[in-house]
Amino acid sequence: MLSIKNLHASVEEGQEILKGLNLEVKAGEVHAIMGPNGSGKSTLASVLAGKDGYEVTEGSVDFDGTDLLDLKAEDRAKEGMFLAFQYPVEIPGVSNINFLRTAINEIREYRKEDKISAKDFLAKVKDASNLVELDNKLASRAVNVGFSGGEKKRNEIFQMAMLEPKLAILDETDSGLDIDALRIVSEGVNKLKSEKNAIILITHYQRLLDYIKPDFVHVLSEGQIIKTGTKELALELEDKGYDWINEETAQ
Amino acid sequence: MELVVDNKVLEFVADFKKPEEGSEVRKQAMAALNGMDFPTTRIEEWKYTRVAKYVKRKYKQVQATANVENYKIADLNAHQLVFVNGYYDESLSTILEDDAVEIQNIDTLDEAYYSDLVDGTEENVFSLINKAYQTGGVSIQIKKNKKANHPIHLLHIVNGEEVIANARHFVHAENGSKAEIVATFHSENSENSFSNIVFEGHVETNASLTINKMQTEAKNMLHISNELFVQDESSNFLINTITTGSLLTRNGLNVIVEGENCHTEMNGAYLGTEKQHLDNHTLIDQLYSNCTSSESYQGVMDGKSVGVFNGKVIVRQDAQKIEAYQSNRNILLSKKASVNSKPELEIYADDVRCSHGSTIGELDPEAIYYLRSRGISEESAKQLLVAGFIGGVLDKVENEALRANIDDLFLKDFGWKF
Repeated sequence: MLSIKNLHASVEEGQEILKGLNLEVKAGEVHAIMGPNGSGKSTLASVLAGKDGYEVTEGSVDFDGTDLLDLKAEDRAKEGMFLAFQYPVEIPGVSNINFLRTAINEIREYRKEDKISAKDFLAKVKDASNLVELDNKLASRAVNVGFSGGEKKRNEIFQMAMLEPKLAILDETDSGLDIDALRIVSEGVNKLKSEKNAIILITHYQRLLDYIKPDFVHVLSEGQIIKTGTKELALELEDKGYDWINEETAQ
Repeated sequence: MELVVDNKVLEFVADFKKPEEGSEVRKQAMAALNGMDFPTTRIEEWKYTRVAKYVKRKYKQVQATANVENYKIADLNAHQLVFVNGYYDESLSTILEDDAVEIQNIDTLDEAYYSDLVDGTEENVFSLINKAYQTGGVSIQIKKNKKANHPIHLLHIVNGEEVIANARHFVHAENGSKAEIVATFHSENSENSFSNIVFEGHVETNASLTINKMQTEAKNMLHISNELFVQDESSNFLINTITTGSLLTRNGLNVIVEGENCHTEMNGAYLGTEKQHLDNHTLIDQLYSNCTSSESYQGVMDGKSVGVFNGKVIVRQDAQKIEAYQSNRNILLSKKASVNSKPELEIYADDVRCSHGSTIGELDPEAIYYLRSRGISEESAKQLLVAGFIGGVLDKVENEALRANIDDLFLKDFGWKF
């Protein structure tokens, strides 16, 4: 589904952050990308989602047969990519529901499908908000305005449920969540997981992986994936920190 | 012998028809014009708004007709009073059965009552030109302790080249009455014309008056409104001003609060494109205690447009326990658009709560990215953000028929959905 080959990317100021990253993700898989601060985790999420301010200098990203890097941010979403933001943005005056209806209809138009009916849309809102125990009132309020940290993250998963992406990238979705919110968010993600979609979890901590079981764990360091393993690798990282891998790689 | 006129104002009005029977208001206005000049940017009140090139034109007062169907508001179910080029057009107007409302020609307004009411308020050259040479307008009376059965729609159309429309209206909301007035301003086939409007009123004790004003004239016009409303105790006054039209618009709105326990609310939305210049000057003068006022003006400026906001609140020495809130927020959609915002509070009382805020900014790029990452095109994302920004002000328009009309207009003119 996603094939990243030798990806090099810089911030506009010129500093190279990703230095030849390779990653293969297939449908039905859950991948965790872990790494210390500054290793390039969030840059990877931003480059994949198409945020302005990054320059890809080398390499390629294929998303189900499409050259992802050629697409605008909105078209990546239309192709089925979803990014759950580390810091969801507050948008005063724009209601959650209103913007999601716009998004779903633009995505459907892109795929040459009919607009969603009001009835189907409302049913979807109900299911999606139940999934992450998001209060109906929050669903119709202005996007993230006045939401607590946990509510913002639940709102990200609510949006994921509404948009039904092929590939979801969860950027530090666990950070700042208390244990209850972490459970709710994780259960939501688990229910959305299927044989047809894939999930990339970008995280600092192992604790998220107690709830969402990854098939693969990758360690990102200085812009490259330096080690890949199973979920036992995450436990080892939790135990020993990242330094031992760097040392191992150096040898 | 040819008369040499060296006064620009007298030259401006030289060809305007002098009414045979001059009322006192006309006579006084004409006399006052003798010593006047047009404002320049050296005058603080006109610092950002330059009228020189507009007042050099030779405007004419001419009657015309217009296709009123284009400007009717569906389902408004209102008394519809139509003014074409400032002249009342009876054939296009409809006055409904309504025992709470009496509508008459402005010339029937009781002069002694009127002079007493506006005594001490300031005039400017444009309001004086209007009062001296007005060609029509209505005096609306909302009867004591009655609620108007229908809104009153003052529908203005300017039609023609270098035409001046001097319409003058007065609304008298008597004790305990309640009414809504919708004033709309349009143009068709107009070129370099001038709407010079005076709209005044008196909101008596316990009365409640709402005015919704929408101006969408062609972007080659000059529009100057002078509005003055006097509130007596325990009255409510709400005015929403929506401006998308004219090349240069100057809305001058003054509210004098002459009694305790009043509430005054003024909201404005202005949307500029191309080379438009949209100026909102407001004044709330609080003379008595225990009153509240709330003011919110929001602008979205694109192209090379210029916005001006000057909101003044005066709290007089004896006016204690006043709560006055004012905000002016602006979004610039282009690098060449600009806004001059000046909130002014003059407080002479010592026990008041007043606040004001002013912001000028761009659309939040993080918010645009966030929306795009959900599959929304950049254009739609901006449209959603602008609609979200301005929607708060439009929500103050409670009349659903009018609101639907405004939404249509915004969709048609700007592609903005609400």
